[in-house]
Amino acid sequence: MAFLKEYISEVYHAVSSLLKGMRTTGSYFVRPKEIITQQYPDNRADMKIPERFRGEVVMTHDENNEHACTGCTACELACPNATIKIVTKFDTTPEGKKKKALDTFVYHLELCTMCNLCVEACPTSAIKMAQTFEHSVYDRNQLLKKLNNPGSKLRAGVE
Amino acid sequence: MALILECVIVMLLVISLFAVLGLVLVLMERKVAARMQIRLGPNRVGPKGMFQTAADTLKLMMKEGLTPDGADKFLFNLAPFVVMIAAMLIMAPIAFAKGFQIWDINIGVLYVSAVSSVSVIGILMAGWASNNKYSLLGAMRSGAQIVSYELSAGLSIISIVVLSGSLQVSDIIASQQTGWWLFRGHIPAIIAFVIFIIAVTAETNRAPFDLAEAESELTAGFHTEYSGMKFALFFLAEYINIFIVCAIGATLFLGGWMPLHMGHWEGFNHLMDYIPSSLWFLGKTFFLIFLIMWFRWTFPRLRVDQLLSLEWKYLLPISMFNLLLITLIAIMGWHF
Repeated sequence: MAFLKEYISEVYHAVSSLLKGMRTTGSYFVRPKEIITQQYPDNRADMKIPERFRGEVVMTHDENNEHACTGCTACELACPNATIKIVTKFDTTPEGKKKKALDTFVYHLELCTMCNLCVEACPTSAIKMAQTFEHSVYDRNQLLKKLNNPGSKLRAGVE
Repeated sequence: MALILECVIVMLLVISLFAVLGLVLVLMERKVAARMQIRLGPNRVGPKGMFQTAADTLKLMMKEGLTPDGADKFLFNLAPFVVMIAAMLIMAPIAFAKGFQIWDINIGVLYVSAVSSVSVIGILMAGWASNNKYSLLGAMRSGAQIVSYELSAGLSIISIVVLSGSLQVSDIIASQQTGWWLFRGHIPAIIAFVIFIIAVTAETNRAPFDLAEAESELTAGFHTEYSGMKFALFFLAEYINIFIVCAIGATLFLGGWMPLHMGHWEGFNHLMDYIPSSLWFLGKTFFLIFLIMWFRWTFPRLRVDQLLSLEWKYLLPISMFNLLLITLIAIMGWHF
């Protein structure tokens, strides 16, 4: 008799678990509002991109064309595939001391895997990940980017 | 002369029904799948993607129908037609509306279950004639599956034959005048219905029982070597078979073209009679088709040993015991 009880409970559990699955898919079927597909080229104007989507590395500049990059090369060291190259220069402070500063932030977009390690390594939050993703160009030289704006300088107070 | 004309008209009707069903069912499958997986599905060709399958058919027609060098040419080219003809033959005793039936044969249900086994020959023929180990293995799996699940499908068909006391399709429908067998036969009828649906899902080789198609091990199963229009015929036959088994299920368990009648609610019954009988039939059939599509996009597929143990250890004993109960109900007159 124990065999029969086991047999029936097996059938019962099988049927109830299958019905549970059908309830999930059936509930999606009757709620078309939850469809997550975006019709990309059509909805370029009002695309919904997730907050954590990583498109490319950019350097933030404020309204005075000042950035927060001290040229410490922490990002360059953190990068697993040599995407970033920091070129530094020496500025002279008003007191006459020489100080290391950023000259050019070279970023090879074509090598970047969007791993976010450089952004995490940056001690001054100078760089961040942007959400742009339409990066295709006809010449790969166009993917080599200089992230600091021409004429920009270090924001005062950032060490 | 009139007989020949009648034959031609029936032939044209069946062929055009096949073409329309192929287009509609494939589109329906893709749309249902998309909705269940929270995506949009085909939406580019025509309004809401309605002409997607028509475009696909056009593409298939323009493709080259290749016959492999080592194949048995005659059987290879014959197989898709055998499968299609088997599907066409089953159409004969199905009642599409009140008085709209090709052939009201007095052993209708027996005929259906006998002819539906013929499609196995087409599948095995295709697999063997392709001269390809994947095709042969896929065909063998298909064959094993269809042969074993035919048993429980047959037993659940018999349980309705027991209740209605006739093999003739029109008699079975007429016996459901006062209520469908699914409701009148108590729980055993519901169990028979569930077993029938499971068995026909397996017989049509659909997920979760689509073992004949295993991309990583068998590629596409018995139709691996087929291309172009010959592949399209197999593909079409697959969907036509779904329609047919659902039509049979609707006829046996849901009263065919019979409107829904509730005991003594005269007003309700009268209102239901206004809906044309063809709509009742198609509505019930498409409801069952939707149910089978729902299965496909929900359930994980079975392994081959699980497939056979499901049939031989669960469905067959349960349906045999169930048949016993139904016979008891029919003899004692316990049904409504």
